[in-house]
Amino acid sequence: MSKVHIRARVNGDPVEFLAEQGMTLLDALRDELGLTGAKEGCGSGDCGACSIMVDERLVCSCLMLAPEAEGRRIETIEGMARDGGLHPLQRKFLEHAALQCGFCTPGLLVAAKALLDQNPDPTETETRFWLAGNLCRCTGYDKVIRAVMDAAAELRQAHSA
Amino acid sequence: MTDVIDKPKQDGPDLKVVGTRPVRPDGVDKVTGRAAFGADYRLPGMLTGRILRSPHPHARIVSIDTTKAKALAGVKAVVTAADFPDLDSEEYEAGESAADIRDLSLNVMARHKVLYDGHAVAAVAATSASVAEEALGLIEVVYEVLPHVTDVVEAMSPTAPLLHEGMITQGVTPPPTRPSNIAKRFASQRGDLEAGFAAAEVVIEDSFTTQAVHQGYIEPHACVATMTEDGQSVVWSSSQGQFMVRTYCAKLLGLEVADVRVIPAEIGGGFGGKTTVYLEPVALALSRISGAPVKLVMSRDEVFRATGPTSGTAITVKIGATRDGRFTAAQVELKYQAGAFPGSPAGAAVMTALACYDLENFSIIGWDVVTNTPKVAAYRAPGAPMVAFAVEGVIDELARNLGIDPIAIRELNGVRDGMKASYGPTFRNIGFQETLQAAREHPHYSAPLAPGEGRGVAAGFWFNVGGESTAALHLNEDGSAVVVTGSPDIGGSRASMAMMAAEVLGVGADRVRPVVADTASIGFSMLTGGSRTTFATGMAVTQAAQKVVESLKARAAMTWETGAEHVAWENGQAICLDPAKDVKALSLAELAANAARTGGPISAEVSLNAQGAGPGFGVHICDVAIDRETGHVAITRYTAVQDVGRAIHPAYVEGQIQGGAAQGIGWALNEEYVFGDDGRMQNSGFLDYRMPVASDLPMIEAVMVEVPNPRHPFGAKGVGEVPIVPPLAAVANAVRGALGFRMAHLPLSPPKVRAALDRSG
Repeated sequence: MSKVHIRARVNGDPVEFLAEQGMTLLDALRDELGLTGAKEGCGSGDCGACSIMVDERLVCSCLMLAPEAEGRRIETIEGMARDGGLHPLQRKFLEHAALQCGFCTPGLLVAAKALLDQNPDPTETETRFWLAGNLCRCTGYDKVIRAVMDAAAELRQAHSA
Repeated sequence: MTDVIDKPKQDGPDLKVVGTRPVRPDGVDKVTGRAAFGADYRLPGMLTGRILRSPHPHARIVSIDTTKAKALAGVKAVVTAADFPDLDSEEYEAGESAADIRDLSLNVMARHKVLYDGHAVAAVAATSASVAEEALGLIEVVYEVLPHVTDVVEAMSPTAPLLHEGMITQGVTPPPTRPSNIAKRFASQRGDLEAGFAAAEVVIEDSFTTQAVHQGYIEPHACVATMTEDGQSVVWSSSQGQFMVRTYCAKLLGLEVADVRVIPAEIGGGFGGKTTVYLEPVALALSRISGAPVKLVMSRDEVFRATGPTSGTAITVKIGATRDGRFTAAQVELKYQAGAFPGSPAGAAVMTALACYDLENFSIIGWDVVTNTPKVAAYRAPGAPMVAFAVEGVIDELARNLGIDPIAIRELNGVRDGMKASYGPTFRNIGFQETLQAAREHPHYSAPLAPGEGRGVAAGFWFNVGGESTAALHLNEDGSAVVVTGSPDIGGSRASMAMMAAEVLGVGADRVRPVVADTASIGFSMLTGGSRTTFATGMAVTQAAQKVVESLKARAAMTWETGAEHVAWENGQAICLDPAKDVKALSLAELAANAARTGGPISAEVSLNAQGAGPGFGVHICDVAIDRETGHVAITRYTAVQDVGRAIHPAYVEGQIQGGAAQGIGWALNEEYVFGDDGRMQNSGFLDYRMPVASDLPMIEAVMVEVPNPRHPFGAKGVGEVPIVPPLAAVANAVRGALGFRMAHLPLSPPKVRAALDRSG
């Protein structure tokens, strides 16, 4: 089977790679581009561990084919920390001990950032429903929700200052 | 004060690092996507492997023809059971359960028979995933399909299809003359059961069932393995114990242990389910033939069909009590599904069933029963949650019947120090009464319920274990330190290791970097399981740090030309107590920088077999609201109280409690293996196997009670397993309160609650 040539932007940088027609974008990110931060927990869009942003939209990269990435702007967990510093969400996850094994963490962070980008002041209920697509088996979500809401508060303060 | 830590510290204020909440040392890797889990490894020339699995729950393998698959371009190796040694039975202890090496081998690759839907029958390694998948389709397996049985009670019937034709029940005298699916009978008793029930004024008896549930770690099993022509093997894999993987790979492939090196990947959740091997020996066998590294990663469907789960159960409990609530006798019979091979946690269930209570007369019988379902694996407090669901449910009914507060009846009958545990030893330094008291005094317990809501209380017990661990501590020339262990970090244990070492050294936790090393770089350590790591490996870390402090004191004494008995270690520096000397204190950094002139590098390694793990107790309070139209049960408030001995890193202890409670809530409300009449799992994905998501849960308040364990240098007890024991019963007791009648069959999913409401009119 011949491969498809794909050009896209990943975390701001231009990338080119070859992929089989049926390859998922998740596999392309992990195996062709070496970006292993997005994880495969289910391969069926149920766990959210592979969450990425495509043209500012939150998607499960296991449900998208690599050729569909042609010409798109993709953001992954690897692009979240900028200029040598962690994003406030990443910092709050550490401060609140909002991760145990850390496997679902990249997906949760990408999804939480997508929430705060469009709703800077979510309620606990809104946060819980937004993150309902990201399974975490270790934490019971308590500290995750606290970390996201604390990061939201810090970002609001930074924004209004 | 010359010795830093040689006896338990009972008073918290002395501790500077232990009990604080620093950011975990591996945290940045895990929030940036850098942390490398099992599937993240890639080697030059690596092949992709795939496993062919049985579509039948029970069948004889008539033949396997791999000729066409081997001929496909790009296929580099195909293996079946014929490529593994045919091993004899041999028990091997690993962490919290024993494994029979022959069963393990047959589970990794079926020989003669397949015993469950998803059982591995062959594997392929190829130059790409698509070629490997195509090759699987070219392997021709001829099956003779046999009748199957998936339910534990049906499997015990004399007319049930036999999984293992020669299996004679153990633990029965005289031994049965005919084979059955009953692998083993466990029994535990005390006193005079008849007299005990005769003395009772109220007797409650009920029967309960629970379904098989999966550990549900989000990371599927994954490994990369390579073997050279002379048998030198390296495995990168995600597991709860790199030494466990090494032992099993060596046994299953007939290799010298020294020829197998296992490098632990980060582990994306285990909960007991990664205390065994599925892929690693297969990847090595494929590498042995192909001569190239082989990567194997399971799909979620494979994880559900071929790994885990824990047992489905059927349990009957009868408890008698006097009018004032004192238990006079208890009788428990439990049937635990083992899956395809013996080894359900029925034995542990028998030991934990009544461990919370002081009983003069009891009888507990347990049955370990094989079924055509995946071989069960350990799951957090293996065996305990199901029997607690039944026992705590009957105690709840007794309290209701007698008009006694549910916490008060547990305080009245609960075990205390000096009592002989139902499973044998005498309790010392336990905190069950303190935990009950904290629950009773918690504002949640007295908060009013909304109309239609119910509140449930339940208790839980787990032994916690110690065992073999090794730790090394290396002091660097700038006074920083590295602590090396062989214990995979599942939920933040690196942080506690660094903190315990820092506490002894008298430095900040950020001066100590913890490393989880491969099997060639640190001494043997049992796997992370049984809530043993912070206790046992923590003890090794503490002792290694103490040895380093002794060395530092000796070197300071040498520098001051005095005896080591004249040197004290305080706040990270050596202080001279010799009145004849007028010298300044020497800091850790100064002593480290001068190491070459005082005897060379400063390091210590400690290997031990830790004893004296303190048992743990938890008491959970759960409020529920029930939507009578849909049957949906909502958890409206949840509080989990637990004796933790001493919390080394309280945030991660809370995390264990919250995570365990959430898993237990899922088990109570929604999770279950659903088998069709064809014996195949019907819900092998996260959409249909419904684990709790963020919107299903409220905040879970974790309350830590600290009754220190004097056998640990800082008082720690295991904390990871206790919190999954009470929730099944706490939720069910709350539902009982809301509905006005008991539902004794898990899960309490909407269709079942709806049907129960219909039946109740």
